[in-house]
Amino acid sequence: MSDILNEDQIRSLKEKSRDIRVSVVEMLAEAKSGHTAGSLGMADIFAYLYFHALKHDPKDPAWEERDRLVLSNGHICPVLYSAMAHAGYFPTEELLTLRKFGSRLQGHPHREFLPMAETSSGPLGEGLSQAVGMALAFRMDKKENRVYCLMGDGELDEGQVWEAAMQAGKEKLAKITALVDRNNIQIDGTTDQVMPLEPLKTKWESFGWHTIEIDGHNLQAIHSAVQEAHEISDKPSVIIARTVSGKGVPEIEGSYRWHGKAPDKEEAERFVSAIKMQNRE
Amino acid sequence: MLNPKLFDKDIELKSTRYGFSEGLVLAADENSNVVGLCADLTESVKMDDFAKKYPERFVEMGIAEQSMASVASGMAAVGKVPFMASYAVFSPGRNWEQVRTTICYNNANVKIIGSHGGVTVGEDGGTHQALEDIALMRVLPNMTVIVPCDAIEAKKATIAAARTNTPVYIRLCRTKTPVITTEETPFEIGKSWVAFHADNAQIGIVATGPLLYNSIMAAKALSEEGIAVSVLNLATVKPLDADELLNFAKESGNRIVTVEEHQIHGGMGSAVAEFFAQNHPLPIEFVGVKDRFGQSGKPQELIAHYGLNEEAIKEAARKILGR
Repeated sequence: MSDILNEDQIRSLKEKSRDIRVSVVEMLAEAKSGHTAGSLGMADIFAYLYFHALKHDPKDPAWEERDRLVLSNGHICPVLYSAMAHAGYFPTEELLTLRKFGSRLQGHPHREFLPMAETSSGPLGEGLSQAVGMALAFRMDKKENRVYCLMGDGELDEGQVWEAAMQAGKEKLAKITALVDRNNIQIDGTTDQVMPLEPLKTKWESFGWHTIEIDGHNLQAIHSAVQEAHEISDKPSVIIARTVSGKGVPEIEGSYRWHGKAPDKEEAERFVSAIKMQNRE
Repeated sequence: MLNPKLFDKDIELKSTRYGFSEGLVLAADENSNVVGLCADLTESVKMDDFAKKYPERFVEMGIAEQSMASVASGMAAVGKVPFMASYAVFSPGRNWEQVRTTICYNNANVKIIGSHGGVTVGEDGGTHQALEDIALMRVLPNMTVIVPCDAIEAKKATIAAARTNTPVYIRLCRTKTPVITTEETPFEIGKSWVAFHADNAQIGIVATGPLLYNSIMAAKALSEEGIAVSVLNLATVKPLDADELLNFAKESGNRIVTVEEHQIHGGMGSAVAEFFAQNHPLPIEFVGVKDRFGQSGKPQELIAHYGLNEEAIKEAARKILGR
């Protein structure tokens, strides 16, 4: 990968993140429940990973050489499903089955229903440990696969995250790139009100991690950070991505009330036009 | 089939955790994907022989049982066969939800070794005596639950668990217990067998774990008193050996006494009762811990105090005859 994305690449990734966001809104409106804010906030990072960084083959999800993407905060799975569908793992029409009886797209990811998801998640704080396990196993087998772990900032309240962080630091698991969705909101309010995390960068550093802070909506910045993480060979890396929850829909941006709420039909239409409008700018 | 010295006073004693130790090394010899994880109790839960022989396949987790369950799940996701070990109170006790979500919900090929089950942990006291782990594990979909009766069965269970590709829980004990079986005794996950047979039995004892020995001794004594009692070794608590349980009950007067070093609530006896209530209603007496925590003491003092000794089993048998 080159150091910077060219204009075509950026334009194309922006289109992907727009498509992902539109699908997120449509699937949530159809499901009538689910987590809107976090899903929209992570659309740019998902677009970058699925359409640029990940070594994967949507037509062969079990390909052994693939990178692993562990979604730790499973409640934002609409953005995972949307990115996977747009990448070609399954038809985008299937997104409208989200949360419905018999759907592969469970309310929180369940690998029994959707084996192409790398793990089941929902209960918070468990993804990084699984990423550690994957990276340890790859290292034992002398394989080069990378492991990406996507986490919310709220879930950093969970002690298990720091158990895993400590071990990744001890084991110098350089193939792990963790991305923290730093949107400052969780269910009961802002992260500062609920359980202050700062100084977050220092916390990770003190656990033996290479730490990068970026604007999580700037594709060039996301790219540079992931590149930088890949170049670090003696410790795991974490990218603290400052994001705006509900990004792309100005009327809900930054509002924790939209953490666990889905738009109704009218709202969905409004949200979709807003997303399309923003991307034209 | 059983140890010829079974009824001798100088029967060999060995802890089931030592059987696990031997089994894990053999399983690792057989399959290079077998790995071990331990939460700072490597010698105590007897993962040390494996760790010495295969240091590159051993992961020291530190005192982090919750992460251990999920790390094991991650390793299984890329083809490893992880054995994760600690005291049962901590794993699968403290990390139950991680076991549920990252292991069972994923149907990950992880083997959970819970050592120090039961009151025979002894002097460390109630905090360290797992009396709820069978219940915690048997309610989880996809989980197999095994409680070996002695060190040899623990070795075989470990090897057998490594050959499956689904979650397994194996419960071990700290203290030395009689070696009941021999290398030749058959072992298969999900299969039970009659450990003591009485002709025209009036009562059937179903035992799991090292209390199988007390059950056999009680059955022998009762048979000598004129009450014919057979004993079934139910090492696999889940899935239950339905056919054998049914045959055993029919050949044992349709009266069952269950024996386990675990809370009566939710344990092996509960599993057996659920089975018979649905398929073949009959009276059951439960020998187990009666909704209490353990405490410090010598293993045999505690076995007597909590009503798990030969006398308590005989009493339960006499009681069921009168029902």
